[in-house]
Amino acid sequence: MKVYEKAPSFYEVFERKSGPAKQATHYCPGCGHGNVHKMIAEALADMELTSRTVLISPVGCSVFAYYYFDCGNSQAAHGRAPAVATGVKRANPDSIVISYQGDGDLAAIGTAETIHAANRGENITVFFINNAIYGMTGGQMAPTTMIGQRSTTTPLGRQEHLHGNPVRMCEMLATLPAPTYIERVGLGNSKQIMKTRKAIRKALKIQAEGKGYSFVEILSPCPTGWKMDPEVAREWVSKEMEQVFPLGVYKDESGNVDEGSWDRTFKPFDTDEVNTYLQRMKTSMTEGEDVVLKEDLRCKFAGFGGQGILTLGLFLSQIGMRAGRQVSWFPAYGPEMRGGTANCSVNLSNERIGSPLVDEPNVLVVMNQPSLDAFEKTVPDGGTIIVDTTIVEGKPDAERLNAVLIPASQIADEVGTPKIANVVILGALAAATGAFTPEFCMDTLRSVIKKKNLIDMNMEAFQKGYEFVKNM
Amino acid sequence: MPNNTAVDAPFMEVNPELCKGCQLCLGVCPKSVIAISDKLNSASYHPAYYTGSDCTGCGLCYYACPEPGAIRVVKP
Repeated sequence: MKVYEKAPSFYEVFERKSGPAKQATHYCPGCGHGNVHKMIAEALADMELTSRTVLISPVGCSVFAYYYFDCGNSQAAHGRAPAVATGVKRANPDSIVISYQGDGDLAAIGTAETIHAANRGENITVFFINNAIYGMTGGQMAPTTMIGQRSTTTPLGRQEHLHGNPVRMCEMLATLPAPTYIERVGLGNSKQIMKTRKAIRKALKIQAEGKGYSFVEILSPCPTGWKMDPEVAREWVSKEMEQVFPLGVYKDESGNVDEGSWDRTFKPFDTDEVNTYLQRMKTSMTEGEDVVLKEDLRCKFAGFGGQGILTLGLFLSQIGMRAGRQVSWFPAYGPEMRGGTANCSVNLSNERIGSPLVDEPNVLVVMNQPSLDAFEKTVPDGGTIIVDTTIVEGKPDAERLNAVLIPASQIADEVGTPKIANVVILGALAAATGAFTPEFCMDTLRSVIKKKNLIDMNMEAFQKGYEFVKNM
Repeated sequence: MPNNTAVDAPFMEVNPELCKGCQLCLGVCPKSVIAISDKLNSASYHPAYYTGSDCTGCGLCYYACPEPGAIRVVKP
């Protein structure tokens, strides 16, 4: 006996639905979403995949798919379903992950995610419902809207010279080497519907076998958006849409790919590996001793990108860590790798640190004029300001602040390269604050500087900076 | 509605409350054994119904119907 009925992969009752018919979907009469939902639910049940399936709902009419499918569900921001699907699949490699999307979501707002998930060959299944308009928002032009097709935003019909041509996703994705299976099917008549059923099952099978990325585009009617009776809309799918979006298999490598070959397993927490790494980090630094700070250091280091401002912050942080202090380092910089402004906030404290941001630094280092102009006034009375006078022309208020003026870049140049002006500054900072002994700082530098042939030069730079301030 | 206790012939049945009256099942039925009711259901649709004989149990109406629970087809 054969019985065609509601698949057990659907919830018994659709809670979202208001009114008496709580087992009916929210879709309009004649909408294609219901057909595809039914065929997916049937396939999941028949293939015994329901319990390990995670369906990612998009934004669009099908946003409420999680009210229908009795499986794992998640809902993504507009267009991002393939990215979310990637994460779910990699974190749960045994799951069956379905990215269910419409054409506005997949081919406009999420084009990037769509293409890159396909290009990576993620072992997920994408069901792409193409109805040639933005349905949920009221029938605006979509990337897939056809030339001449009227929508609320193309009342005279889509025109090539104004709006471009409809985007054919299957054809585009089929040019990529990674995808395993790409097919376009339709819901225009019974024959097409049965082919769609077959394609849905094939796509899910490919994923279940670990054979990689599968993509099924389904030409689907939107009677409401198209302003047609349901039956006329079905006909329009097979007569009009098919002309622009030809049905067929665009790529099928499923016969040439080994089962399980698309392993993208991501293991986020292998504790052994993490501990080994941390141990290595710890032992790379020589044993330190606890140093109690007389006063917490709230530092702001500022200058051009490329001067080693952020590295200076890291060095001081590492000295603090080795001294057993609480430490934070927080960089802020523009998009330029060189020449833009850069600054970082560094906290060294005997107590736990609340915020890594430093708004009122008691130690300010400025290595260019704009930084002096911007930050001098943020230093409270009696705070320390260290200025690289080789570069900065202006002078800080020496009456209000403990001003340390040092030609750091020139000293560094004399040592060997102006690139180590930041280490000269570090020496000056150690002398000016007296927080750590020069030996303690230099021991730390020795263990954290990666290029060992540069250690001597850095030691000299540090010492010159330290002595310059001591002799002031 | 056919008598389910002694099924010997194929039949289809429509849950009139879940049917939205889109009539897609009528168009795909090879035997034209589905019709539209004069009555309105509680959602104000004219639901489809089985005329009572000659269903072959092919299932085409089931797949044409967008509603998960509106149509059930039994082929003994």
